[in-house]
Amino acid sequence: MSKFDITNLDLFYGQLQALKNVELQIPERQITAFIGPSGCGKSTLLRSLNRMNDLVEGCVITGKVLLDGQDIYASNMDTTVLRKRVGMVFQKPNPFPMTVYDNVAYGPRTHGVRGKAKLDDIVEQSLRDAAIWDELKDRLRKDALGLSGGQQQRLCIARALAVEPEVVLMDEPTSALDPISTSRIEDLCVTLREKYTIIIVTHNMQQAARISDNTAFFLLGEIIEYGNTEKLFSIPRDKRTEDYITGRFG
Amino acid sequence: MRNTFEEQLRLLNQELLEMGALIEHAIQSASEALIRQDVEAANNAITFDREVDQKEREIESLCLKLLLQQQPVARDLRLISAALKMITDMERIGDQASDISGIVIYLAGKPYIKPLEHLPQMAEAAIRMVSGSIDAFINKDLVLARDIIDMDDIIDDLFDTIKSELIDLIRKDPDNGEQAIDLLMIAKYFERIGDHAQNIAEWAEFSITGIHKGSEL
Amino acid sequence: MKYQKISAILLRLAVYLASIITVGALLFVVGYILVQGVPHLSFKLFEWKYTTENLSLLPALLNTILMTGLSLLIAVPLGVFAAIYLVEYAKRGSKLVRVIRMNAETLAGIPSIVYGLFGMLFFVTALKLGFSMLSGALTISIMILPVILRTSEEALMSVPDSFREGSFGLGAGRLRTVFRVVLPDAIPGILAGVILGVGRAVGETAALLYTAGTSSDTVSGITDSARTLSVHMYALSQEGLYVDQTYATAVVLLIIVVGINALSAMVAKRVTRRKI
Repeated sequence: MSKFDITNLDLFYGQLQALKNVELQIPERQITAFIGPSGCGKSTLLRSLNRMNDLVEGCVITGKVLLDGQDIYASNMDTTVLRKRVGMVFQKPNPFPMTVYDNVAYGPRTHGVRGKAKLDDIVEQSLRDAAIWDELKDRLRKDALGLSGGQQQRLCIARALAVEPEVVLMDEPTSALDPISTSRIEDLCVTLREKYTIIIVTHNMQQAARISDNTAFFLLGEIIEYGNTEKLFSIPRDKRTEDYITGRFG
Repeated sequence: MRNTFEEQLRLLNQELLEMGALIEHAIQSASEALIRQDVEAANNAITFDREVDQKEREIESLCLKLLLQQQPVARDLRLISAALKMITDMERIGDQASDISGIVIYLAGKPYIKPLEHLPQMAEAAIRMVSGSIDAFINKDLVLARDIIDMDDIIDDLFDTIKSELIDLIRKDPDNGEQAIDLLMIAKYFERIGDHAQNIAEWAEFSITGIHKGSEL
Repeated sequence: MKYQKISAILLRLAVYLASIITVGALLFVVGYILVQGVPHLSFKLFEWKYTTENLSLLPALLNTILMTGLSLLIAVPLGVFAAIYLVEYAKRGSKLVRVIRMNAETLAGIPSIVYGLFGMLFFVTALKLGFSMLSGALTISIMILPVILRTSEEALMSVPDSFREGSFGLGAGRLRTVFRVVLPDAIPGILAGVILGVGRAVGETAALLYTAGTSSDTVSGITDSARTLSVHMYALSQEGLYVDQTYATAVVLLIIVVGINALSAMVAKRVTRRKI
């Protein structure tokens, strides 16, 4: 069964329609990539999946987004619970201005986890899962803003993992990073795939081709093509997909 | 948009056309040499084969450069990977033309045990298949590619005909045996050329549709 | 060509002259006060009791500290919480926010004597608080509130939205986001505003004359009348008999003001370093 089942989703920012009749099934424990030119709605859709768009004024959403069959836009859905289940990693690494430890512990503390031993465990496990424990285990009490960009981003991934989400949304997580940090995070995504459903927005098509199982191509708020990544990158069905991925778009 | 890339792809097509022309010349020369027992034409075919080998290396490095620099996807990826596979077949075709010429030189001066009838037909069919398959690739002509794939049956049938004729000749007079075997080898080489041309047509089909021998990669 | 050269030289001279005059004036004032005041600084001036024989400035100094503290106690929470509302809760760019912001800016531009009159009419007379520390502190609070509000607002707005997003993304609510992530990051900026407020409170005379009175003793409660250092200086120079002591007081006041400025520069430096 799909993790996310999106049907007939329309999204408006005021007068502007940012998403048009989106239909998408996102499978569990796979990496799904959203690609497309700037302003095509891929980030918007990503942010609809944990209701981050609620924070945007004038944003109206119609249609259904089911998470394990449960409508996340239903009136009884608690965004706190939703965002615990569906974590997010942002384009620019955004660790909080506090220590490494407090950054990772922020989420669990938000959801009521108390007790040093328990938090210690969670922090260690999350940092291990994000493949950054060895680098940071001696710097847990240091300011997170002192880390390198790549480390900050992996810290942010650890922070997202600390609340034990089921889905991790990544909004161009490597666009601000150098190639080595980028490949570290790509490797990480592939490992995380065993435990989590990952949805990644990326401008880097090679990245989508490298790490994702499925790819959705967006254009002007619509999903033009969605399917197996290998297939989409070798034999795209739609001319517009082909033009975009081969760089002959426009 | 991607002007350099487009330019490089044009260059790739150009090089493939040139290589195609070379192997056509090679087969043509080999076939003329065979029909007229012409040693000079046979030597020409062997020279063409060396140029074909040279061309193969050039195209190979161009393809690798394209893969490295442009990281092609979709139709570009299919085109370049198909080209890489194709040139191997084309190089083999050149080799076979050269091998045929070698036998022709060996047979020169001796009269044929029988007037050639089906071998020239095979040669003609092989040339048509080779040029057709390369045209299909360059012009992305799916219909032509599929025609070429089907044409291989004609060559296979001709080969069977020649084979049984030669068996009859050996049966009549065992002294025909030595030349009969040489002629059979030539027929086999033409048959192989047909197979390679079929392969090229299949890669052309893959480049156009993404389907290779009836299944997606 | 030549004309350009001459005008360049003239301009350069003008620039030098202007800076020399500016720095010179400042140095002259400070130097003059120091020369006049330092010789008259003595331990007697810091005695506990103010008498007509010994014009001790210690009571005024203590009053200044108390007055400033009390004003901050009222103005800082009000200003900071109002700023939090404006930045974090109110709709961004809404009419209400604009009106409040405009009011704050207008309030910041009103002469202090007007605050003094208002304080006298409202706190002293209408609320019957009399000339007292409390009336003075309330008046000062109103004066420094716009400063604290605006700087806090700026500090909160300069906290990157990515912090808020990160916090919301982890399922935190607005309250937790504001108090655990946004406010800690904004504190240096808010502190800079508070220090500006302290500066105004310490230097204020006009508004306090009308509200806190000029009693020269250390207060025993917030309902007592009290004079701060600035008011003390004003009172002394009014009488014209204690010029020496006035200058000595000026030296102390100068040191306090310079100290506050240094502190705010330090804080500002820390803030900018954090942002990089």
